[in-house]
Amino acid sequence: MSDVRYGMVIDTMTCVGCAACVIGCKTENDTPEEYSRDWIYTLLQGVYPNVRMAIESQRCNHCDNAPCVEVCPTGASHYGAGGTVQLNPEKCSGCKACIAACPYEARYIDPRSGAADKCTFCMHRIENGVPTTSCQEICPTQSIHFGNLDDPDSEVSRLLATREWYVLRPDAGTKPKHFYLR
Amino acid sequence: MNEITNTRHNHLIDPTMHVWGWEIPLYLFLGGLVAGIMIFAGLRALREEREKPSLALSLLPWTAPVAISLGMFFLWLDLEHPFNAWRFYLAFKVTSPMSWGAWILLGVYPVSILLAWIDTPDSLKVPVARWIAPGSTLGKLDTWSRESRRLLGGLNIAMGAALGIYTGVLLGTMAARPLWNSALLGPLFLVSGLSTGAAFMLLFGLSERERLFLGRADMGLISTELILLFLWIIGLATGGSSSQGAVAMIFGGPYTAAFWTLVVALGLLAPLVGEALELKHGAVPGKGTAILVLLGGFALRWILVFAGQDSGWVTEIAMR
Repeated sequence: MSDVRYGMVIDTMTCVGCAACVIGCKTENDTPEEYSRDWIYTLLQGVYPNVRMAIESQRCNHCDNAPCVEVCPTGASHYGAGGTVQLNPEKCSGCKACIAACPYEARYIDPRSGAADKCTFCMHRIENGVPTTSCQEICPTQSIHFGNLDDPDSEVSRLLATREWYVLRPDAGTKPKHFYLR
Repeated sequence: MNEITNTRHNHLIDPTMHVWGWEIPLYLFLGGLVAGIMIFAGLRALREEREKPSLALSLLPWTAPVAISLGMFFLWLDLEHPFNAWRFYLAFKVTSPMSWGAWILLGVYPVSILLAWIDTPDSLKVPVARWIAPGSTLGKLDTWSRESRRLLGGLNIAMGAALGIYTGVLLGTMAARPLWNSALLGPLFLVSGLSTGAAFMLLFGLSERERLFLGRADMGLISTELILLFLWIIGLATGGSSSQGAVAMIFGGPYTAAFWTLVVALGLLAPLVGEALELKHGAVPGKGTAILVLLGGFALRWILVFAGQDSGWVTEIAMR
């Protein structure tokens, strides 16, 4: 899997903020009541009539330099397949250092297990041959793209090569693999 | 105008992150106190004794294993999956201060217990004399410890310093929490731990000479702590926008009154002035100033833990 580096690209120009990705994820991943692994972040800027809006579907950024993996004392937070950041709940003591270390506030404690939890990029689907994440599959405006960043012919690579993009908190030094097109 | 709406409402994260409750500042306080007591006990073991120590001073090193156990109990209470606590000891993660801390805590026990044991007057060991009969395993350990007093002293200083510094580094390594993100938190917590350790010892029946030594040491420690706090504030105030936003929490923000009154005025300046007046007028350092130092050390950790969790990365709206 060394030639695979998974990443996600969100098109903020087509996203309408319907939160289908949030519901799709909840259904697919059975997250506990009142908790979600992805969420909608809406920014309104300016004063009428000069107003602009950015809508972002946010989740774990699966950083190449992930502070949650660095601070984890037990190795529960680790780099998994395709450079994703994964969590082994059997090793997690629920110390919450990873939650404190994450600049994206992407993690929570699952009250059923007491272990930290977050987006997995739907590795249970990807590794079993399903080509899409659940949020991507349900998105009615097809604003969510997922694929191999190291393959120059992949959809995500082509989007990043042809469109303007940004990442969240680039100065946090986390090297996120979660991109927004503008 | 900038307006942000967010559909996320994960418990412990929203509206601001709040993962650590009262258990953590209490542990950090006890950890610092133990670090201070171990370092003072270690320093005493390295010196030639000119006169017999008071009974209180001989027994105070026992505080270290007792207080650290209490602190670890609070840590354990904070875990969301407490029955996985043993997982800390199946791994050593070099980038994780918490992993360092778990192993440091394990090292604190043998060195602090052995030093406390050899410092305990022999008259008090009569009830357990048969356990340390010559030739038995514990007897050999007893003999070795007595012969290795200086080594144990050095180890207590080293482990105490590691314990005191790591409690600050634990918070200081998180870039996502800009109020904590300073390398000065390590030395600040160590010096504060030494100060609270000295203050704790002053609560007991020490001799006049011992009180004078600890009182003078505490004045130096409090002064050093004030300098470190000042430098920590300068570092944040002259840092990037996230650091400036974080330090604003104690300059007009919600933690301003608590920080300046409880930590700086009552916890540092008042005992510093009190100890100076006591020494100037020939009085031995009393318990009032010691209690203020202890409350100040606890307030420092309490406010830092809660304010730090409230501090976050400034949302860079212009980026979009």
